[in-house]
Amino acid sequence: MSRPSDHFDSPAPQAPQPDDDGNIVQPKLGLVGWLRWFWRQLTSMRTALFLLLLLALAAVPGSLVPQRAADPNGVTQYFTDNPSLAPILDKFQAFDVYTSVWFSSIYLLLFISLVGCVIPRAKHHFDALRAKPPRTPARLSRLAGFQKRTTATNVGGAVAAVDSARKLLRKSGYRVVVFSAADKSGRETASVSAERGYARETGNLVFHAALVGILITVGVGGGFGYSGQRVVVENGGVFVNTLAAYDSFNPGRFFTDNSLDPYSIKLDQFTATYETKADGAFGQPIDYNAEVTTQEQGQTPQQSDIKVNSPLRIGGTDVYLLGNGYAPQITVKDPTGKVVFTDSVPFLPQDANLTSVGVVKIPDGLAAQIGMIGFFYPTQATSTTGAFYSTYPDDDYPVLTLNVYDGDLGLNGGVPTSVYSLNTDKMTQLTGGTTGVDSIQLKPGDSQALPGGLGTISFDAVKRYASLDIHHDPTQGWVLLFAASALAGLLISLFIPRRRVWVKATENSDGTLSLEYAGLARGEDPRLAAAVAEIAERHSKVLSDVPAADTNT
Amino acid sequence: MTLDEYSIFFLYAAMAVYALAFIAFALDLARRSAQVSAGNSVSVDGTVTTAAKVLETVGAGAVGIAGAAGGVAVAGAPAGAGAVGTDAPDGGRASSAGASAGSGGTGTLKGGRVAADGSVSRRSLSLRLGMAFTIIGFLLEVTADVLRGIAAQRVPWANMYEFSMTGTVLIIGVFLVVNTRVDLRFLGTFITGLVLILLGISTVNYYVVIAPLPPALQSAWLVIHVFVASLGTAFFALGFALSGIQLLQSRREVLGGATKFLKLKFLASLPDSTKLENLAYRVNIVGFVFWTFTLIAGAIWAERAWGRYWGWDTKEVWTFIIWVIYAGYIHARATRGWRGSRSAWLAIIGFGAVLFNFGVVNVFFHGLHSYSGL
Ligand code: HEM
Repeated sequence: MSRPSDHFDSPAPQAPQPDDDGNIVQPKLGLVGWLRWFWRQLTSMRTALFLLLLLALAAVPGSLVPQRAADPNGVTQYFTDNPSLAPILDKFQAFDVYTSVWFSSIYLLLFISLVGCVIPRAKHHFDALRAKPPRTPARLSRLAGFQKRTTATNVGGAVAAVDSARKLLRKSGYRVVVFSAADKSGRETASVSAERGYARETGNLVFHAALVGILITVGVGGGFGYSGQRVVVENGGVFVNTLAAYDSFNPGRFFTDNSLDPYSIKLDQFTATYETKADGAFGQPIDYNAEVTTQEQGQTPQQSDIKVNSPLRIGGTDVYLLGNGYAPQITVKDPTGKVVFTDSVPFLPQDANLTSVGVVKIPDGLAAQIGMIGFFYPTQATSTTGAFYSTYPDDDYPVLTLNVYDGDLGLNGGVPTSVYSLNTDKMTQLTGGTTGVDSIQLKPGDSQALPGGLGTISFDAVKRYASLDIHHDPTQGWVLLFAASALAGLLISLFIPRRRVWVKATENSDGTLSLEYAGLARGEDPRLAAAVAEIAERHSKVLSDVPAADTNT
Repeated sequence: MTLDEYSIFFLYAAMAVYALAFIAFALDLARRSAQVSAGNSVSVDGTVTTAAKVLETVGAGAVGIAGAAGGVAVAGAPAGAGAVGTDAPDGGRASSAGASAGSGGTGTLKGGRVAADGSVSRRSLSLRLGMAFTIIGFLLEVTADVLRGIAAQRVPWANMYEFSMTGTVLIIGVFLVVNTRVDLRFLGTFITGLVLILLGISTVNYYVVIAPLPPALQSAWLVIHVFVASLGTAFFALGFALSGIQLLQSRREVLGGATKFLKLKFLASLPDSTKLENLAYRVNIVGFVFWTFTLIAGAIWAERAWGRYWGWDTKEVWTFIIWVIYAGYIHARATRGWRGSRSAWLAIIGFGAVLFNFGVVNVFFHGLHSYSGL
């Protein structure tokens, strides 16, 4: 087994030999020698172990501070909360641990070590698979599970007895080879040398190779994928899978526009079911269901459901239901009654009872640019201090309130702005807060005048929206395949024992046979002695079943 | 009373019985220490042999239990002791020698067995009581767990309180099952103690009323992924205990049998450190296989629920860290210079990470896996 030289099963390293004068001479290393030495160090068990432990340690910081990839808002918050510490941590890539230079170097070194370890082992194992089991040792009595039995009669000679042992071992999955010889006194000695459990090493190699497979697939293949998010409102706009239609989009390194398979999704209805029993779980969500109509190019429309644990697979992508909320449908008219804005505006949920916040921006059509910060309460209630809040996530008693600002929305500066936030730096608050003017407050169907005679606003209907995550990852299946091979390889390599077993038969002068059984563990093998005993037992049975008439010596 | 209240009642009953088991197991350890000090030999299964005729000799060499004097002691032992002994060729021979001595002429006397050479061996009552209490406690806790599941109309492992209950059921269950193959009853104090602490913390801090599953948890993967993770944890717990004792034992072996190391004299009645290391390894690799499966199943579920199979969410990070530590443990055992105590430390660190992942990451770290129910 060509294992790293510091594997506990490998022969112990030889101490440098003193030369004639009794000095210890180190072999001189040339460049090649040094490279070899370095490579041997890198592919040693000790290095593998060190790198594994280092990898475990290096993964820890990523769980202590928020990571940009998983929690970008958390990172922003961290910078706000720790203004002096955060930039220092950022220098060390602490917010991108798993793509950082140091984390990547550890696992890349580990995998180079792994490859350097696996290749020679694979070659060695390939040779071992075709080699014959070794010669039977002269003295079996020193080996594990040793047993000696004597047959009552000669059961056809040593060769025949060993042959039946050979058959028995073969049937139990051993690779066998038979040796026979006559000793000085002319008595026949025969033995069978058997080995099993090559699968153990095969499994180990499959396991380690599968890990390399996972790394390569994730590293290279990941570049071909993409993911994007899009909010769709009930009976609102149709999403068509094109780059422009995404609210946000993260392409892989090798992404090109024609990787997108054009298909459309329209949200027909979004249903949320909540717990209505009045114990601790009142208002907890029980089910979300997005009923959608989808259409692939050149095909008829189809109805499907998207649920949290059951994504929709369409056009080479997976569509996940990752969030939902309310999108009040709002219409704003100018003083002449002309509609300047009408849309369902997605509001972001703030708590478990879906108190939601949203922003309406009206840059054109009115006397001034106005912006509104809205609060939506699906089931509104008033606290003792007069503040509104929501008591239940379903829209049992929906109320919308809005604070109106006028001034500069900041849309013309060319700086991208979020549709979910309003920069009020250059704006004046007209309602709510300290203005002395009541906020606008609407129930579905209500209309109200905007302050300063700007026009009117109406709350037409409560609509739901679903936020969809759309992913394309061509490597997923491969990763799963490699992961499954790793698990299978692991099971085989940990639980299939590799062992050698010998059965030796010696003819005695009185015509009986002495049978010896022994085994040798090659790696972890707690059941070796029991296995040898069982073989001896079964062999004795086979021998005693041989009809005595057959023996004529 | 509602089903959940019955469940709580059974849980408290189970905890009371586990406490009795803990006391009995602890008494057994105390008894072992006392008997070892008294110069008698105690075997792994707690059987004490007072070798009447060779008292002085045994007194001088208390370490050699598996040796000549101990060989006779095994005669009265159940098969369990023999199973532990099979690793070393002497152990096997000693027990067969003992068996033949037994058939040669043993008698029973006041609960003890008198062997052919006049030595008396006595089985440990406290150990048997400990096991009996553990089994009763286990049945009570299974009842509590099943009632909780029926009351909630789903598998009882969807929040911290329920994980703790099902997880401890599995720790005890694995302990009982492994005991049918290898005599590990000497770990009883540790196992029942651990389970009592976990249950105590969870009933006081983590109890939540039954709530419906949030949509993200409504998946067959909840059943598989979480259950297998708990099963892996149960094996790791057992491996942790074995590795811990292995460290103590090898310490004692280094210092020599004569030194009264930490006053833990009962160690003389336990398997030697090599045997403990092999046992720990076998238990830990079973845990490792389950953990590997947990990792893969978790990734499959994450893909279905969140749209990506791996996202370095805190819980994912810690599951990965644990997996890598145990991979390190397996490598350490295969590395010259790392076998023995150093690899045992890795198993201990690994289980520390498992507890941290459950007790700290679930409660204090934020991430997508915020299902502790708190
Ligand atoms: C990503 C890094 C690695 C992981 C996760 C890993 C994991 C494992 C696991 C779980 C085992 C036990 C199961 C089995 O026997 O198949 C194992 C065994 C083994 N690994 Fe690795 N390994 C890694 C890298 C390496 C490297 C770099 C080397 C070479 C230096 C190596 C050499 C070995 C050897 C020789 C064994 C057999 C141990 C024995 O004889 O008991 N592994 N590895």
